[in-house]
Amino acid sequence: MSTEFEAVIGLEIHIQLLTESKAFSSDSTAYGQMPNTQVSAVSLGHPGTLPKHNRHAVELAMKMGLALQCGITRINRYARKNYFYADLPKGYQITQFDTPLCTGGFVSIKPKSGEPKQVRLIRIHMEEDTGKSMHDQDLEDSLIDYNRAGTPLIEVVTEPDIRTGEEAYAFVTEIRRLVRYLDICDGNMEEGSLRCDANISIRPKGTSAFGTKVEVKNMNSISNVKRAIDFEIKRQTEVLQNGGVVIGETRGFNGLNGSTFSMRRKELVNDYRYFPEPDLPPLTLTDKDIEAVKHSMPELPEALFNRFHQELGLSEYDAAVLTDDKTTAMYFNHLIQCTSNYKAAANWVNVAIKGYLNENAVGMESFPLQPEKIADIISVIDQNIVSHSAAAQHLFPAMIANPHATAVELIEKLNLAQDADTDTIENLIAEVLSRFPEKVQEYKNGKTGLLGLFVGEVMKASKGKADPRKTNEQVRKMLDA
Amino acid sequence: MSNYRRISDIQADIRSGKTNCVQLVKSYIARIEENKHLNAFLEVWAEEALEKAAVIDQKFKSGTPGHLAGAVIALKDNLAYKGHKVSAASNILQGFESVFTATAVQRLLDEDAIILGRTNCDEFAMGASNENSAFGPVRNAIDPERVPGGSSGGSAVAVQAHLVHASLGSDTGGSIRQPAAFCGLFGLKPTYGLISRWGLLAYASSFDQIGPLTHSLEDNILLTEIMAGPDEQDATVSDRPAPQYHANQSAGKYTFAVMRQAIEHPGLDANVKSETESLIKSLIDQGHTVTYFDFEYLDYLVPTYYVLTTAEASSNLSRYSGLLYGHRSQHAKDLESTFTLSRSEGFGEEVKRRIMLGTFVLSSDYYDAYYSKAQKVRRIIQNKTREVLSGADAILIPTTSTPAFKLGEKSKDPIAMYLADLFTVQANIAGNCAISIPVAKTATGLPLGMQLMCGDFEEQKLFDVSSEILRICNS
Repeated sequence: MSTEFEAVIGLEIHIQLLTESKAFSSDSTAYGQMPNTQVSAVSLGHPGTLPKHNRHAVELAMKMGLALQCGITRINRYARKNYFYADLPKGYQITQFDTPLCTGGFVSIKPKSGEPKQVRLIRIHMEEDTGKSMHDQDLEDSLIDYNRAGTPLIEVVTEPDIRTGEEAYAFVTEIRRLVRYLDICDGNMEEGSLRCDANISIRPKGTSAFGTKVEVKNMNSISNVKRAIDFEIKRQTEVLQNGGVVIGETRGFNGLNGSTFSMRRKELVNDYRYFPEPDLPPLTLTDKDIEAVKHSMPELPEALFNRFHQELGLSEYDAAVLTDDKTTAMYFNHLIQCTSNYKAAANWVNVAIKGYLNENAVGMESFPLQPEKIADIISVIDQNIVSHSAAAQHLFPAMIANPHATAVELIEKLNLAQDADTDTIENLIAEVLSRFPEKVQEYKNGKTGLLGLFVGEVMKASKGKADPRKTNEQVRKMLDA
Repeated sequence: MSNYRRISDIQADIRSGKTNCVQLVKSYIARIEENKHLNAFLEVWAEEALEKAAVIDQKFKSGTPGHLAGAVIALKDNLAYKGHKVSAASNILQGFESVFTATAVQRLLDEDAIILGRTNCDEFAMGASNENSAFGPVRNAIDPERVPGGSSGGSAVAVQAHLVHASLGSDTGGSIRQPAAFCGLFGLKPTYGLISRWGLLAYASSFDQIGPLTHSLEDNILLTEIMAGPDEQDATVSDRPAPQYHANQSAGKYTFAVMRQAIEHPGLDANVKSETESLIKSLIDQGHTVTYFDFEYLDYLVPTYYVLTTAEASSNLSRYSGLLYGHRSQHAKDLESTFTLSRSEGFGEEVKRRIMLGTFVLSSDYYDAYYSKAQKVRRIIQNKTREVLSGADAILIPTTSTPAFKLGEKSKDPIAMYLADLFTVQANIAGNCAISIPVAKTATGLPLGMQLMCGDFEEQKLFDVSSEILRICNS
């Protein structure tokens, strides 16, 4: 019988902070500028330059720590991590070593398959980014863009609590959602503002010792994180099952075929010679500083979910969909200030608006109608001025086309007003029933499920103007007569 | 041209029409030419200095000259000055021009100082004799067979030989005070954090300070006051407001603490010892109090200094990689060889020795044994220094154990050279202020310097005590 293995996975996530200026200088951090234009003597490590603190970067980093229930370090020392590489102008990176800004904390995840769980964090520390080496732009030379050098980063390091690619997927998704909610990073993995490295080892199920660790880098999307981990688990399992040994190494990920490949052996790693950064005095944070950041934090997805679900009485599903991304959640949050029909509000956002966004392949931020307008629609439906189906099919698109018009104006213009006249409905019902004599007979013989058919036909005949509830009542009355 | 000792005298002569800035700059340029054998300058910016001089002369006429108008100043070759070369006397910075100006230099310029050139020094300020320059040693103007001290040797000789009026140096373990002593000048190592290091090419960040080398205490005070004060470019500068010093001529009564181990040190030259003893006697005669203290850490000063400064240097000098600026090896084939060859070719022996030592003490296997331990000793030395200074106005010890030694005398023996810093490194380890003042000369005319140390940011007291010592020495 072959041994069953389990994977032990820890993630390191680098998050570029959305500050205007770099971590230790006043250079701009704007992305997508011409190479080597967002640099000064400091970014380039010119002789005689010195770093200085960027309080804003520290505040953004604290937000992440507070959101993840971490402890916040009061006296923050910086350290130098020394190594030589082309994209590291000073020959060392300013980072934190023995006093990370945040310690402990956890992230709650709900993987698609498998149980919800908490992934514990070891630490979150602050550091500066390197420049970017480009090896494929020129035949002979590598090119380096130093625009990114010095951009503030935080690195989130997890305990080895993750067991599957699916869990890693859920973890990175949750981190991305959080940084977007907190507005501390755009969360864009393709552009590298969110980067993930995975440390993966496997061991026989039921044992507690760790196997040899392999680090996988260069996964530039969340699904690639999952693919790389799945591949690596399979690869390492096969190595062990075939009697081999896993080599401690750093591997890259090839997105084209979903495989990992060896980059360098671990025994060749640098001694980084960490020591306290003498150019920066320790940064001290007071209770007051921490409180101020706490007060500046937005409501987080978990809190929003609980509020939508428990206080507003929405279903878990609706609450989850509404809080999936921040723009939608904030839109809905605004919408419920304008209407008290929360269920209708959730429906409009999750069905009509989502449908519109899907059809047009745009994000919530491009949705043209203000929440007040959706509240307006909900209100005319609730007043029976227009039926829900007429509102969905005709009024909603019309509002989008005329975002400044009111619902009532458009109802008039498009003649959508619900026909409350009972005679008109009765005439329509009579006309429909006369078209389906056999079905009427079947209904009378007990096949009451046909009621929907008649109602549907009547609604169609009224061009959606008939009130479905009233129509329903009236059809039943006339059939039972 | 008379040999001015004070900027105020120059300004008086300009105002009375006896001289002007253009004349002054011209005579300095001529003297530099006559004294090329001293090798004090690496580059002279004659043309622009003359242009600036003409502008300042106009300012004298219009009545708006700055506080340093008339002062012609040289910069140690480790201070950034926009649009000018800076090399730290190293081949690794071949052709490099700075794109910004050091805060200290800018503050001098803002007060109408004329910068005449950059001076030779030990490579990356690593040395005590100025023999470690990639551009040859600097010679002491009193005796060209002798060293001027280091590492700010060029800055010291430029002032000593009146090639400029004053100069800036940097002091990491004595690099201003020791050459000041060897050349008969005033040299201040300010309190760490008094003067911005922005634009100072770092040797050891937590030790380095910029300071002035001058003929008079008055000028030293003036230059320090102008350079001192907060600077948002340097996070290690104190945010206490910029000081305003006064040159105290009134004779107060002070308590001097004398380090027993220093004056009884077996390596102490007889001249230095007798001058120190006679000064102590004069102080007592004048009603001052002299106490003696034991400093059991004297033997640990130099090792502590070298472990910590080389650790910082090994990291600070990593940026000189041949990639972004400076020397790049012609033989490099790839990234790795660009680093190794450029650095091997670009750095001199002493710099390499210190980078190697610093890399070793920071390596994970030896970090605790060396770097961590040295940090702890640094703290102990700081505490002890503060304790002594809490019971005295100033610590008094010779700046150096000997007068200027001969070229080549110690250059083959790094340890002997390192001990040349014995009395000066304490102030850099502890961070407090210290000054070397010229108090006497040997029978052969070699200058001797006395060192005074006061507490953190006690420069005013340091100047007061210094002027009292001068009064006694001149009486």
